[in-house]
Amino acid sequence: MTEKSHDPNQMTGAAMIVRALIDHGVTDIFGYPGGAVLPIYDEIFQQSDVQHILVRHEQGAGHAAEGYARSTGKPGVVLVTSGPGATNMVTPLTDALMDSIPLVCITGQVPTHLIGNDAFQECDTVGITRPCTKHNWLVRDVNDLAKVLHEAFYVATSGRPGPVLVDVPKDVQFATGTYHPPRKSDVHISYSPRVKGDAAQIRKAVALLANAKRPVIYSGGGVINSGPEASKLLRELVEVTGFPITSTLMGLGAYPASGKNWLGMLGMHGTYEANMTMHDCDVMLCVGARFDDRITGRVDAFSPGSKKIHIDIDPSSINKNIRVDVPIIGDCGNILGDILQVFKAEARKPDIKQWWQQIAQWRARNSLFYRKNNDIILPQHAIQRLFELTRGKDTYITTEVGQHQMWAAQFFGFEEPHRWMTSGGLGTMGYGLPAAVGVQVAHPDSLVIDIAGDASVQMTIQEMSTAVQYELPIKIFILNNQYMGMVRQWQQLLHGNRLSHSYSEALPDFVKLAEAYGCVGIQALKPADLDGAIKEMIAVKRPVIFDCRVAALENCFPMIPSGKAHNEMLLPEQANDEATATAFAGGKALV
Amino acid sequence: MNQPASAYFIEERHDPNETHTLSVLVQNEPGVLARVIGLFSGRGYNIESLTVSETESQKHLSRITIVTTGTPMVIEQIKHQLDRMIPVYRVVDMTLTKRSIERELAMVKVRGQGEHRVEALRLADAFRARVIDATTESFVFEITGNTDKINQFIDLMRPIGLVEVSRTGVAAIGRGPEGM
Ligand SMILES: Cc1ncc(C[n+]2csc(CCOP(=O)(O)OP(=O)(O)O)c2C)c(N)n1
Ligand SMILES: [Mg+2]
Repeated sequence: MTEKSHDPNQMTGAAMIVRALIDHGVTDIFGYPGGAVLPIYDEIFQQSDVQHILVRHEQGAGHAAEGYARSTGKPGVVLVTSGPGATNMVTPLTDALMDSIPLVCITGQVPTHLIGNDAFQECDTVGITRPCTKHNWLVRDVNDLAKVLHEAFYVATSGRPGPVLVDVPKDVQFATGTYHPPRKSDVHISYSPRVKGDAAQIRKAVALLANAKRPVIYSGGGVINSGPEASKLLRELVEVTGFPITSTLMGLGAYPASGKNWLGMLGMHGTYEANMTMHDCDVMLCVGARFDDRITGRVDAFSPGSKKIHIDIDPSSINKNIRVDVPIIGDCGNILGDILQVFKAEARKPDIKQWWQQIAQWRARNSLFYRKNNDIILPQHAIQRLFELTRGKDTYITTEVGQHQMWAAQFFGFEEPHRWMTSGGLGTMGYGLPAAVGVQVAHPDSLVIDIAGDASVQMTIQEMSTAVQYELPIKIFILNNQYMGMVRQWQQLLHGNRLSHSYSEALPDFVKLAEAYGCVGIQALKPADLDGAIKEMIAVKRPVIFDCRVAALENCFPMIPSGKAHNEMLLPEQANDEATATAFAGGKALV
Repeated sequence: MNQPASAYFIEERHDPNETHTLSVLVQNEPGVLARVIGLFSGRGYNIESLTVSETESQKHLSRITIVTTGTPMVIEQIKHQLDRMIPVYRVVDMTLTKRSIERELAMVKVRGQGEHRVEALRLADAFRARVIDATTESFVFEITGNTDKINQFIDLMRPIGLVEVSRTGVAAIGRGPEGM
């Protein structure tokens, strides 16, 4: 007995949790206390290796951890209590699952003998979160805890990354058991994600690329998730082949926006040149993207004449929406490296001068055109100014969801991966502000800006208090159009302009709100004020809420109406009433 | 292979449906069945039959046999989606191997008198069903076979006085010396 108590690996479940975090190199976690996690909070109190950031709502903890993860490539860690603490995590877990973000969420649970009794703050956490995690565990025995925690980190960060959840009943936190450091055997033998691509498939892919007349590279969030090396290799591949490249919303920054082969983002609000290039290409190389409906539009008219190569770490992404010719399963970075090697050894840069001439014609349509105004700030202009004035700075951008998000994607040029954090798959309003908190925790000296909408920002505005508490100088740049602009746009285009509940009635005074939180409030009303106000925002070393009053009824173009093909895109200068009516005819039922 | 007209119209696609039997080897741990069933309901896949039992208790392995219907593209998705679950070891499409044996067991309760009893016994004999319970006015038959055979037997029993049926669902195994 006495011998055992000297064993340094004998400890309580709560202590094991903190130990495991340290063993996995975790330095910051986001959380909110409650009855079922008090033993863990007690352990946190008695150490200083892991910093705990106290949020104001568990959803905030989840999105903050997502921002942290996306901007660092490390897993984000969340600690919340049972019942409402756990249910408040459902949105960020789902968000992380859709966007393949590694999160480890630890939840407290009522003691094992009370499970199933409808105990106070009991809920079936693993049941509720089963469909919104990559995997989850309920730990009933303290001696299983170390293994489960180590496996949780492995599952979250390997293969296609994603959120995991470990539910720990309070009696397991109190119980004493044996801890062990991470080891290989902690992982299910049934789980072994594939990293290396099949050599024969890679050869087929290179043969297609080398003989392409009208090629395009279409990259996605998988390249970012694969790590900085993958982005480097992607850039090299573009250089070596001379091919045009576009990317999904999630993939921005893998190839620099200033690069000469950059076509801009593709998809529903992508550029004309990107979508037309996709539609007319003869060889498409899809790297770490998943052909989702915002990208493909009408599936049977999606790039009808092309041979498609698809690199993805998740076999279930292959042939889900679009049949591809050469699937390659494995890690993007690894496979890009192999493709480059074979290409350099065996192929020459194909001559695609004619294709570039065609692309130049599409580019000349200037699909991101908007009419500037001297009296009213155009939202696109605001983003452009924000971009220009932060150029060369160490900047990270997060967004909420709506028109402002699309304008940010269109008009802010990303030069590096991991600089752009947005809720793509789930489209979660309220993501950006807490995500900015998480990014700033990871990068205390960088400029972190949430490009926000007046409606979205109110969903998680309480996290300003977190920013103030931890002296996180995040900038909330609200494109305030006094509408749920994206909803209003769809109502205008598809529902006879009946603006049902999309007006942001009774908006708070954002400047006063900032002051109430102890932040700095800044407002810009006129184009002439804009630059000065943005500079002021950048100069302030405290959290800022920036109320940028923009044109209320501006629409986000270009746009592929959902269910239409890439070449049926609506351009800004064509978007008169009649063209709009035809473009959207019959599309009401779509999302 | 036909593509759906749009991602939005996946429900309305007109590719012919196929029925496939999948054998899924899983780690037998709490929640594993809920995961599999949740996948089917969450993604709108069909389950025609589902059978599950631990098959190797030392290794904590269970074998789940699922009969599902869908277009070839959907069936392919189902297999990939199952395969990427953490506790799933292997997914084998028994229908594609074309070398599988499928069996189901049913217990069929029939009630009747006189001529009906004689007819029921005669049919049972023809189907190699066994009587496992009998009263003066009823029988319970046990029958094993593939799904079609059992359906046929039940249909024949209906006019005679079918009371109820309990079926195990399909179990499948490959022919030849190799395991899955
Ligand atoms: C949590 C959540 N609820 C509802 C929606 C549907 N939705 C998408 S965009 C949008 C309006 C966003 O308005 P705002 O934040 O002001 O941005 P804007 O489009 O005006 O730039 C809504 C309600 C959503 N995406 N997320
Ligand atoms: Mg708005």
